[in-house]
Amino acid sequence: MAVPANVETTFLFGRLTLDAIPKDPIVWATFVVVAIGGAALVWALTKYRLWGYLWHEWFTSVDHKKIGIMYMILGLIMFVRGFADAIMMRLQQALAFGGSEGYLNAHHYDQIFTAHGVIMIFFVAMPFVTGIMNYLVPLQIGARDVSFPFLNNFSFWMTAGGAIIVMASLFLGEFAQTGWLAFPPLSGLHKSPYVGVDYYIWGLQVAGVGTTLSGINLLVTILKMRAPGMTMMKMPIFTWTSFCTNILIVASFPVLTATLVLLTLDRYVGTNFFTNDLGGNPMMYINLIWIWGHPEVYILILPLFGVFSEVTSTFSGKRLFGYTSMVYATVCITVLSYLVWLHHFFTMGSGASVNSFFGITTMIISIPTGAKIFNWLFTMYQGRVRFELPMMWTIAFMLTFTVGGMTGVLLAVPPADFVLHNSLFLIAHFHNVIIGGVLFGSFAAINFWWPKAFGFQLNQFWGKVSFWFWVVGFWVAFMPLYVLGLMGVTRRMRVFDDPSLQIWFIIAGIGAVMIAIGIAAMFVQFGVSIWKRNENRDLTGDPWNGRTLEWATSSPPAHYNFAFTPVVHGLDAYADMKDAGAARGQGKYLPIHMPRYTGSGVILAGLSTVCGMALIWYVWWLAALSFIALVGYAIYHTFNYDRDYYVPAEEVRLTEEAHARQMAQGA
Amino acid sequence: MSTPSTQPAAYWEVEPHHHEDGASTNIGFWVYLMSDCLMFAVLFATFGVLHGSYAAGPGPKELFDLELVALNTAFLLFSSITYGFAMLCMARDDQRGTLRWLGITLVFGLLFLAVELYEFHHLIHLGAGPQRSAFLSSFFALVGTHGLHVAFGSIWLVTLMVQVNRKGLIPANKRRLSCLSLFWHFLDVIWIGVFTLVYLMGMI
Repeated sequence: MAVPANVETTFLFGRLTLDAIPKDPIVWATFVVVAIGGAALVWALTKYRLWGYLWHEWFTSVDHKKIGIMYMILGLIMFVRGFADAIMMRLQQALAFGGSEGYLNAHHYDQIFTAHGVIMIFFVAMPFVTGIMNYLVPLQIGARDVSFPFLNNFSFWMTAGGAIIVMASLFLGEFAQTGWLAFPPLSGLHKSPYVGVDYYIWGLQVAGVGTTLSGINLLVTILKMRAPGMTMMKMPIFTWTSFCTNILIVASFPVLTATLVLLTLDRYVGTNFFTNDLGGNPMMYINLIWIWGHPEVYILILPLFGVFSEVTSTFSGKRLFGYTSMVYATVCITVLSYLVWLHHFFTMGSGASVNSFFGITTMIISIPTGAKIFNWLFTMYQGRVRFELPMMWTIAFMLTFTVGGMTGVLLAVPPADFVLHNSLFLIAHFHNVIIGGVLFGSFAAINFWWPKAFGFQLNQFWGKVSFWFWVVGFWVAFMPLYVLGLMGVTRRMRVFDDPSLQIWFIIAGIGAVMIAIGIAAMFVQFGVSIWKRNENRDLTGDPWNGRTLEWATSSPPAHYNFAFTPVVHGLDAYADMKDAGAARGQGKYLPIHMPRYTGSGVILAGLSTVCGMALIWYVWWLAALSFIALVGYAIYHTFNYDRDYYVPAEEVRLTEEAHARQMAQGA
Repeated sequence: MSTPSTQPAAYWEVEPHHHEDGASTNIGFWVYLMSDCLMFAVLFATFGVLHGSYAAGPGPKELFDLELVALNTAFLLFSSITYGFAMLCMARDDQRGTLRWLGITLVFGLLFLAVELYEFHHLIHLGAGPQRSAFLSSFFALVGTHGLHVAFGSIWLVTLMVQVNRKGLIPANKRRLSCLSLFWHFLDVIWIGVFTLVYLMGMI
């Protein structure tokens, strides 16, 4: 066991001792690989003198496009970690039969399934979703940046700080062994006395501040920064789904924050919110966390519904079918997502009436979702569908997600849920919707908007290799889990007795290997595309014959996005412009008002991360010091009134003329 | 695509579209307050669930001193009025008046905090600390979170007084003052809820 017995707390280092370094050879090997990789990266950055470039052009950037790209990079890095956890679990479960203990001890295995869930939701899916929204929303509404550019940079670094805290747990101490939502009393001090749950709490709290602030930022951006003429019902559908997502973020993440604060008080102060004695109520935690948790599911999927809508209409060469119904369906889902949380624990025993209410509301959600699927199908109907990679991912999503949605409706029936609760059927269901929806959607978005972001197309061949391994691998990996779940196998098991189950776990493991090949092919796709970027340049800024305003700029867009303000007359604003022959604005270039870059976001988020680590290890002096520094620096930052500048008209003219030359070359 | 457009003026505005400096700040801050309100909603709900879980320990009737709470409520409500006076002075561009009323607001805020700290100290001294029962845990969490907000509001208030003193009532400072005004009145509203649900209903 890695938990040191009788941890002494010293003043200087809190409960941090040499025993905190894990002894597990698997962790050691990982550490060596990470250390060598990290050292190589630092060496390369130093050798090619890239530190200054990174700091001045990226880390301190308040440009929503660069921040969006940084979110995507963070998501991809964490995705590799989360997938490593996944494949370790698949291997363990395929091996641990007939008296074999597999290769992971219980302490390690329990951390892996917890870390897998936490990382995939908070540090993969959330950064993907936030990154895509950050990059696209201002461009789609014809704005030059978000409402609060500095806050945007700060939010990103808080998310990154949370990721760093969670990653630190791999090599220093341990991570939680509680499952991704850390239910008490298991997550209480009595059952989880060491640092695992504290890593969980502070990692999520630091990242959660970032998520909430970025939600407020994008919400206000959509409300206040739209181009003239763009009324709410003329917004692109992706902007609509982002709008609803950010409403959900603002109206649900505070619940997570407050709930984790109460758990923190139980662990640090000795209060009795969720304990089993002195009047505490553990089920209250489960209610509260799912009041956040269910809207969170829709926070993840709604923006991707927007992506699929944009992709379907662009590659069918038609307006989206049923725009208005799509908007209303999105709003319906937004509201309904708050009325279903109890379906996560029908087995709590709240009685037939309560369970029926939540079962019915859950089933009702499938109606607006189904309406969306039909809208996409009717958009494709009689269109000239171009089967490019974004469209392939979209079709794979429609087929996969529909199955996941139907198993969700099965689980919404309380008596069925009593049988299937916490079984592998549930695991198969939510991977079916999250992989089939959120990940496939993110991949569609990456393939669709990559040329906009970087100015060259992604390689088709490797994209298709990745696509087929991913999609087939997904079905091979998760269909066996449905079968096992129906046979009654519960989740989070480390060893099995019944040898007849083993074949299903081996099939699932083969699926996971196929997914691994799909992931590798995707990185090869990125690498090959960057390597051969001169062969695949997008000179026009509009490689797909796009319909919304982001395609009206150059690829990549100038840092001020638009030299002139677009005026919107209807849906699909850029398609209108092209029809009217007004794809490019003309006139005298004027200076453009833009926000300045600042390092304050990095510093504030860095101090928060240090404070979080100090609290995890009970290093009280450092926690106090970094907290005071945090407040002090925040106040100091408010004394800086000089936050913006004007891009000279001459620079705008040169940039725009270069783009015009490029377009003439590409035409 | 680069053909000369027939009616470019209809699709592109050459003149910069004027977004007033900080036009989004007030609504952005208001949205933030709503998210903060949800955190209080969780704490109120928690108190609602646990308010009877005394665990054989003391209940509200043994612990609360309504007269003290009434005094405290008066401090906070008066601080809201005085903040309002500061905003009226700000609207008249009366810098000295603004600073004076902000100073008075700060004094009321600090008095409120002092009484609250005394109350907490007193309760803990009686053995009715947050660890004693789930009821007291939820009491301390709710009232304490509100107190923390007032404390941070006070730090912010001092910061703004320094900034107004240095730079005067420039638009950026006016915007900041009106955000803090929203925050301060918001805390008042939350306190009305605390006073009613925790103290008054606890004494029935």
